[in-house]
Amino acid sequence: MSEVTQVTETHEEPLVEEDLLVEEVSIDGMCGVY
Amino acid sequence: MKLVEHFKDGLNSPICLTWELTYACNLSCVHCLSSSGRRDPRELSTEECKAVIDELQRMQVFYVNIGGGEPTVRSDFWELVEYAVAHQVGVKFSTNGVKLTPERARWLAATDYVDVQISLDGATAEVNDYVRGPGSYDTAMRAMQNLSDAGFRDFKLSVVMTRHNVGQLDEFKAIADRYGAQLRITRLRPSGRGADTWDELHPTADQQLDLYNWLVSHGEKVLTGDSFFHLNALGSDPLPGLNLCGAGRVVCLIDPVGDVYACPFAIHQEFLAGNVRDEGGFQKVWTDSELFTELRGPQTGGACTSCSAYDACQGGCMAAKFFTGLPLDGPDPECVKGRGELALQSVGSAPRSDVDHSHRKTRASRKVPVEIGFGPPAGAARPDRACDTSPLAGLR
Amino acid sequence: MFEPDQAYRCSPRVALRPEPFGALAYDFSTRRLSFLKTKKLVEVVRTLGDQPDVHTTLDAAGVADEERPSYLKALAGLADAGTIERR
Repeated sequence: MSEVTQVTETHEEPLVEEDLLVEEVSIDGMCGVY
Repeated sequence: MKLVEHFKDGLNSPICLTWELTYACNLSCVHCLSSSGRRDPRELSTEECKAVIDELQRMQVFYVNIGGGEPTVRSDFWELVEYAVAHQVGVKFSTNGVKLTPERARWLAATDYVDVQISLDGATAEVNDYVRGPGSYDTAMRAMQNLSDAGFRDFKLSVVMTRHNVGQLDEFKAIADRYGAQLRITRLRPSGRGADTWDELHPTADQQLDLYNWLVSHGEKVLTGDSFFHLNALGSDPLPGLNLCGAGRVVCLIDPVGDVYACPFAIHQEFLAGNVRDEGGFQKVWTDSELFTELRGPQTGGACTSCSAYDACQGGCMAAKFFTGLPLDGPDPECVKGRGELALQSVGSAPRSDVDHSHRKTRASRKVPVEIGFGPPAGAARPDRACDTSPLAGLR
Repeated sequence: MFEPDQAYRCSPRVALRPEPFGALAYDFSTRRLSFLKTKKLVEVVRTLGDQPDVHTTLDAAGVADEERPSYLKALAGLADAGTIERR
């Protein structure tokens, strides 16, 4: 079964076990835009 | 609260959106999601388009993906792009490259806040032209050469993954590298003319696994438009992106006649939220439409919630389910557990959009699916919106 | 290197768009998009340019002592990304 991880993290930042105040999202990371 | 949880309730404005400027196109790609080809006489005028841009500026929509049809065939295209970037709306436009002359490429390279996305669906002319038509490969290559020569770095090379091109992923990367572009690969949906070619073109289960593995090991700089989140259950490395259906919550589509749909892959009455020409314009549709309010409410995963993979795949793509006739609260047709394939066996008819601007010769020659009720037989009288002489045509 | 005793500001290339839970910050030049997840953090970013340094900005925005480490960490990340910059 796959782990549920932070899906919005960037490649550079490792998963941190705290409530992040800032999350980065790729502008191309939204489904529904061709 | 996780970011994704915030987004599920919707945002004040879309983060980005797709804006199809015209249904006119010089090509007739067999899988065209918008069934483009012929211009619709009710297209938004230049002034109406500028009014939409003004609204997007007020709503602080950061960027729009302008497409079509082929957006550059509109004579006011370059004027509209300039207007957008002068009003704090960044533009990326999708094109088959037909109008990207060396001069135009130089203009683009010198213009801030404009990005270009070249469509190509084969790393060779043979594979590409099979779906996009003779000469389309050469057109795209020429456009990319012109952009590269003009010093335009990091434009996008966008590929729709099909059964015929999954094996060419490394070659696509090489082509992108050759022109200084960034590779983008996206999922084929059974939308528009894609509904007719889906059975032949969509990747097999084995190919989906290859694709997922390739993205995990080579995809660091490859964009996906978050279109492969349905594959996340294949492994323990979730693909980057929001990994949820953004329709009506984070993104939407404005079509050439001002209709607002939840998503460009869902051009169908069922997913029509309103029209920018209605009172209150685009903003009112985004904020108040019944459809979007519904999509922003709690979604039921239905049959999928008991599956171990649900957290990763979120039930897949709404449009893919809709246009293959599957229920929205069930598995995606390409469910990696095979549940979609199973469900398809008992599907009756699949919905068909009445929004079809295909060039006439394309429509007549399209394969007729065998399933009963899938759609009218080729050649049968079908309402032709663009040229309908009925006084009631086009009236809402 | 993030220096909270220095003067900062929100980058002029960044647009801040308020949302129900905080704000979206979009950098037009890098095309990076960030979500600021509390209204307080948004207030901090917005008012950095009016204050002599980061610490004063946090005080003025009402950031409690126990929250400061996570706010400083968040701001350091924003500085790294160019969302905020030295002035």
